[in-house]
Amino acid sequence: MKVQLVKIAHARSGDKGDTANVGLIALHDDFYPILVREVTSTRVKEHFKGISKGDVERFELPNLGALNFLLHKSLDGGGTLSLMTDAQGKTFSTALLRMEVEITDDEAQGLD
Amino acid sequence: MKQTIRVAAGQGFWGDLPEAPVQQVEGGPVDYLMLDYLAEVTMSIMQKQKARDPNAGYAKDFVPLMKRILPTCVERNIRVTANAGGVNVRGCADAVVGVARELGLSGKLQIGIVTGDDIMSRLDEFLDSGIELRNMDTDEPLSSVRDRIQSANVYLGAWPMVDALKRGAQIVVTGRVTDTGLTLAPLIHEFGWEANDWDKMSSGTIAGHIIECGAQASGGNCQFEWQNIPDMANVGFPIAEVSADGTFVITKHEGSGGRVNLQSVKEQLVYEMGDPHAYITPDCVADFTTIRLEDAGENRVRVFGVKGRPATDSLKVSISYSAGFKAVGTLVYAWPDAYAKAQAADRILRARLERLGLRFERVLTEFVGVNATHGPLAGPPSADAAEVQLRIGVRGPERSAVERFTKEIAPLILTGPPAVTGFAGGRPKVEEIVAYWPALIPREIISPKVEVFEA
Repeated sequence: MKVQLVKIAHARSGDKGDTANVGLIALHDDFYPILVREVTSTRVKEHFKGISKGDVERFELPNLGALNFLLHKSLDGGGTLSLMTDAQGKTFSTALLRMEVEITDDEAQGLD
Repeated sequence: MKQTIRVAAGQGFWGDLPEAPVQQVEGGPVDYLMLDYLAEVTMSIMQKQKARDPNAGYAKDFVPLMKRILPTCVERNIRVTANAGGVNVRGCADAVVGVARELGLSGKLQIGIVTGDDIMSRLDEFLDSGIELRNMDTDEPLSSVRDRIQSANVYLGAWPMVDALKRGAQIVVTGRVTDTGLTLAPLIHEFGWEANDWDKMSSGTIAGHIIECGAQASGGNCQFEWQNIPDMANVGFPIAEVSADGTFVITKHEGSGGRVNLQSVKEQLVYEMGDPHAYITPDCVADFTTIRLEDAGENRVRVFGVKGRPATDSLKVSISYSAGFKAVGTLVYAWPDAYAKAQAADRILRARLERLGLRFERVLTEFVGVNATHGPLAGPPSADAAEVQLRIGVRGPERSAVERFTKEIAPLILTGPPAVTGFAGGRPKVEEIVAYWPALIPREIISPKVEVFEA
């Protein structure tokens, strides 16, 4: 079945120049393998097309049950140059949580 | 030696909750108060203020704050680390001395200052000697913006502050030091940690990272169960309670609002994260993939297991330069067809800018209520939307063109689509853009300076 990431993860995002970072954190340890399997850098790049113009890098933090994404060329130049409402990328976190991922019936057991 | 040292965060940025540092020193036991005032572009704002008034150029709010909390700090022996000095560290320290005298505390405390971060006057010397100070993001050499530079400061680490604390400073005022160094310095000083004990340097750095954004670690901006985080009106700022072995507990004062739990700490850990294997500071390279977290009771999270590696040979430089002008105008369109009206207004405005022959580097239109934060991910707006805000911004090298743009917003009310409002604020303001240029510089050519004197 398909489930929206907001059901299995929380997130916080921020900026470093023109790059937005999104930290995606599993709501339970059981959900971390789903994030690792489903939320690839390719899928995240596709998800943010029309928003992010650069590459997407992914880093794994199994110790925190989290993934960190760097979305390059995403903030209209970043910092004071940017004309965007969200020049600091603060809402990229929930934008990622809109993504739908495929989970198995077993994995769905853990959902509320 | 104390078993644990409690370092309390009082400000996450210049302009954070004014009452927070007061509550941190009065609301329960703490040993140190750390105050982070400097964001990436703050130095250039301060540089401008100093150009107008040689006595300005630092975080002015720090002085009245010190007036309020200095008696408590002296009475309870709470020491303060603050990068409030901006581009006028001495001016800031002198103002604190003035306050101490007013309060009758002369002779009762020492003030330390850390300088040497300001390299503005040495830039040509560096460029001539082949240090190009290339932009870390774009790889362009600094010479391409040399004539537009407004400030240049090296990020110093914890060690100059350790020196000031060792020499008895109760209040340490600095210019550009790292946020994390403000927390790490007290720990090195209290526990006598060695500079090459990279695991402990990294542990203290991560403690600093968790508390440096203030309440963002204790319930603020927290997505996890945000609806039931208690008493946010009285949110407690975070405290790192650190042991000599480098392990620590993140907590907050008893009776304060907000929440410290695994989720609030994890959210702050990933904030503004780059490569988690290499969090680079002047003091060490911390590895975030080694961090272990444990629930240690209500509003207590234990952090342990941190590993780190040697510091690099470079220091980061924060350079600001003038990069043109910008302005943003907004109007609000009401039901029915609010989005269609806002889109029509945008087309009309762009056509008028075109006819005027105004050229910009960038024109950006957003529709607040439709796509301003999540772009196309938000999907099509409801046809029944009560209102949509048109938000249009321009950026360019000439002030006059941007100025002319600001005169085109209000006329849309009488010369564009109907049911429009929201222009009470007058014409948009033209802003000079001061942009950020991050670069690296060899560590050995930078000499931090520490002075300690009696108030």
